[in-house]
Amino acid sequence: MNMIPNAAKAFIPADYKSAVKPVWCPGCGDHSVLISFQRALAELALPPEQVAIISGIGCSSRIPAYTNCYGFHGVHGRSLALASGLKVARPDLTVLVASGDGDGFSIGGNHFLHACRRNIDLTYVVMDNRIYGMTKGQPSPTTEPDWDTAIAPGGTGLSPFHPLVIALASGANFIARGFSGDIGGCAKLIVDAVRTPGFSFVQILSPCVTFRDDQQKSWKNLVHAAIVPETDDPSRAARRLMTDDGFNTGVLYRGHRKPYQPIPLAHSAPSHLESEFAI
Amino acid sequence: MTDSLQSNEPPKLNSVGEFFAQALAIEVEATERYSLLADQMEVHNNKEIAAIFRKMALIEAEHRNEIARRAGDALVAGRPASFSWTGPDGPEAIDCEGVHYLMTPRRALTLARFNEERAVKYFEAIAAAAINPQIATFAAEMAADERNHVIWVDQWLDQLAPDEAGWDDDPDPPVHSE
Amino acid sequence: MMKSPSEASLSIVLTGSGGAGVMTAGQILLDAATNCGLYGFMTRSTGPQIRGGEAAAMIRLSSKPVQSPGDRFDILLALDFENLQRFADELPLDTASLIIADPAAGEMPGFLKNTGAAIGLVPMSKLAKGVKGGRIAMVALGILARLIGLPEAAIIAAVAASIGRKKPEALVASEAAVLLGANAAPDVTIPKLPLPAEPKQGRWSITGNEATGFGALKGGVKFVAGYPITPATEILEWMAHALPQCGGVLVQAEDELASINMIMGASYGGAPSLTATAGPGLSLMIESLGLAVASEIPVLIVDVMRSGPSTGIATKSEQSDLNIAVYGLHGDAPHIVTAPLSVGDCLLTAQWSVHLAETLQTPVVMLSDQSLGQARVVIDKPEDVAFATKRLVFEATPASYERYAATESGVSAMAIPGLPGGQYTADGLTHNARGTPSSQAKDHVGQLDKRQRKLDAFDFGAHWAEIDGEGELAVLTWGSTSEPLREAVAAARAGGIKVKLIAMRLIAPTQPARLAAALEGVKRVLVIEQNHTGQFWRYLRAHYDLPNEVIPIHCPGPLPIRPGEAFAHIQEGARA
Repeated sequence: MNMIPNAAKAFIPADYKSAVKPVWCPGCGDHSVLISFQRALAELALPPEQVAIISGIGCSSRIPAYTNCYGFHGVHGRSLALASGLKVARPDLTVLVASGDGDGFSIGGNHFLHACRRNIDLTYVVMDNRIYGMTKGQPSPTTEPDWDTAIAPGGTGLSPFHPLVIALASGANFIARGFSGDIGGCAKLIVDAVRTPGFSFVQILSPCVTFRDDQQKSWKNLVHAAIVPETDDPSRAARRLMTDDGFNTGVLYRGHRKPYQPIPLAHSAPSHLESEFAI
Repeated sequence: MTDSLQSNEPPKLNSVGEFFAQALAIEVEATERYSLLADQMEVHNNKEIAAIFRKMALIEAEHRNEIARRAGDALVAGRPASFSWTGPDGPEAIDCEGVHYLMTPRRALTLARFNEERAVKYFEAIAAAAINPQIATFAAEMAADERNHVIWVDQWLDQLAPDEAGWDDDPDPPVHSE
Repeated sequence: MMKSPSEASLSIVLTGSGGAGVMTAGQILLDAATNCGLYGFMTRSTGPQIRGGEAAAMIRLSSKPVQSPGDRFDILLALDFENLQRFADELPLDTASLIIADPAAGEMPGFLKNTGAAIGLVPMSKLAKGVKGGRIAMVALGILARLIGLPEAAIIAAVAASIGRKKPEALVASEAAVLLGANAAPDVTIPKLPLPAEPKQGRWSITGNEATGFGALKGGVKFVAGYPITPATEILEWMAHALPQCGGVLVQAEDELASINMIMGASYGGAPSLTATAGPGLSLMIESLGLAVASEIPVLIVDVMRSGPSTGIATKSEQSDLNIAVYGLHGDAPHIVTAPLSVGDCLLTAQWSVHLAETLQTPVVMLSDQSLGQARVVIDKPEDVAFATKRLVFEATPASYERYAATESGVSAMAIPGLPGGQYTADGLTHNARGTPSSQAKDHVGQLDKRQRKLDAFDFGAHWAEIDGEGELAVLTWGSTSEPLREAVAAARAGGIKVKLIAMRLIAPTQPARLAAALEGVKRVLVIEQNHTGQFWRYLRAHYDLPNEVIPIHCPGPLPIRPGEAFAHIQEGARA
């Protein structure tokens, strides 16, 4: 437990929770991720009204309504686009984006590439349970190839992809992985992600108790802190992430890219432009 | 249940005030966590277990009030002061493994008992490692409090019949809602 | 209250929460009744929780096929009262109804008490606990069986079929619980449905989504790409196992834009193709639908409509995607829109839709909806209809092949990749008859005319609508409202009102001559549909000549349209 010098905290985690009770299944990792969000925001001492949480569609995407921050529960796969527009227009806000592996990596895949590339100062948390939970159990881009489902009997036969490698290749400035069961650890990653300027991507392995309990209840024994310290060398990070076992936790890459934030040149009234037309 | 995520080292506490801040935070988190579990159970129509978790939340809240009383002036501004919400979880992070929408009273109380035991060990470790004798005393008191909780939960458990096989049987498949 | 064929049915709703097994019990009840020779119709409502939530299984039983909800419930059996308020509007009960509840469930919610229904209290949970492994839902089934006159043996056989394979030991407990329930049933007389001496052979139990999949297979679909979305996912999951058995394949796409483009690619390669989605997904596909129109590629898009707009209520039905299905494409992009008229009709309509797509080389949007897709019916085995579907495929090696030749029918032969000499580039760019991009006026107009002509010149035949009866008063509707209206019309006729029913299965292209013939002699028409803005009515006004007196009746979801409400409108319409 980290202790810092005496200073009364402005906010406590409970300050970030709304009165809406989550409908997530008991045992769902997302309950813990919600607490991590609350703890992180308390640690950051951000007034709830200065935080916006943007999401898509899926179980994970229900999170904004459970917080006391501003929220936008958008359409499937487009949370990063929504968030990008918000942050560019309102750089003063702290913008977090929440998604799942289906919403974020399948239909949201294209926006993921470009959000990493654009490097707007956002924090993107993907709760990865390797399944489409809300539509009752279809494989997602991170699902194992042999996992049997109604829509893909016998498994898809497709290799899951590595979202962290894709994030790195696309230009994300901060890449981390957490496990929902380590609430304090995830909170720490989120704090770090928010404090790091640019596009910060945090993949949180968050087990699905309803559809994947048999395979995922062992995750808590498989996750482990990354053995090597974080790197700011993309090629070193690429090698590590490509050979990653999927369960390394912690900050895995931290770059130095300047965040994208276009700013106006001036704030004149438009009337001064009339001269362009005046004859 | 396993404890793979718990930090094995007790925190470094430099003053009685810090100790009480820590202890209070633990109780606040415990109260909140049990309340959340009660909410989850309510949303999933398991009233019996919701009631059990509400009772646990109440006990933790009462313990919190007791600690605040004991702490008195040592606490800053009545709120858990100066510590980080991040880092490896201490015992205030109630291990929620085994939570299930159909869980039985026995399973709910077993979960509570496990967490109370963790709290006992945690405070015993602080007491053992404390250089400041006041902290050692207060920590030992906390450990005793938590031990009483364990006993109380055990008494409750003794009154329960063993769980039947098939307690988690729900003939209905999951439904989609979006 | 409607005095009608509805009287010859029995509607039961079973509610409960937290793993009580309401859905499974509802299915068992339907199966048992079916095995005794009855017909049935079942729908379900749930809370937002993925498991353990409050649930209601609504079952309507009859001696004849029924494919619509009734007006009221004869029996509500509540295993508990948790969050039952959520379903309050979906549980019409009255003084002739019976509510069975468990005293252990606590205070009955006010909205139930206020119905004035008779109340029968049975200690179901206590009875269930008296049997090792006993479940309250089994006790409930026993009670219902006794009340409605089904032999307990039928329930037990249905339980065995449902769970017996997985858990033989649960069977013993279930049997005991069912019998306990039967013997504890309150001594109340419920009008019973006569059971036939011999159940009719060759009946089916099927959902609208399954029927859609099966119809598409019969139509010849060989490729499906889709993305999960409520309430269409079951079509994809059914086809995932069925299609490979019929020489086809299914791919789960990364999103709806991928889905529609994948099926266009497969179809370009010669495979009849389909995707299934709901409103939000259809919105995503719109641009690519335009490509299918312009490049003349046959595809079937099934839209299982749900309550909108935007994310809306995914689990509730509505008929509010007509506008986007018909008008959504940019440019002048005529195409085909169909709508199944009942759960069972999903089969014929899907099969016919594939036929139309293939024959006319154009996209078809089939507007099913949640009330059809996720409802289960027991019906007589549908007639086997053969459409002799044949895509006009280019076969010979010509001097020069014109993919988009301006034929008289408007349909031009499509060369399937692999055929030597047939090479062409399909394009969304405006093109000439050879398929080469062109900005010339004559080519643009020529191709627009061609694509319009192929739809105008085609004889859609009798399937365009189901027309029934005669009268100066007509009821005009489309899609899923047809079944409740059919019952309402039957009741009206039984009461002496002459009324004609026109239920449209083909929404686009319009059929002015056919509708004019159908409306001959009709002076007043009620246009009834389930959406907020009267989309169908406005569509009719834009494209058809209607009689002087048109009464539009439109009401959005999420509540189902019941025969009784429609009957009241018909009575009103018959006055003056």
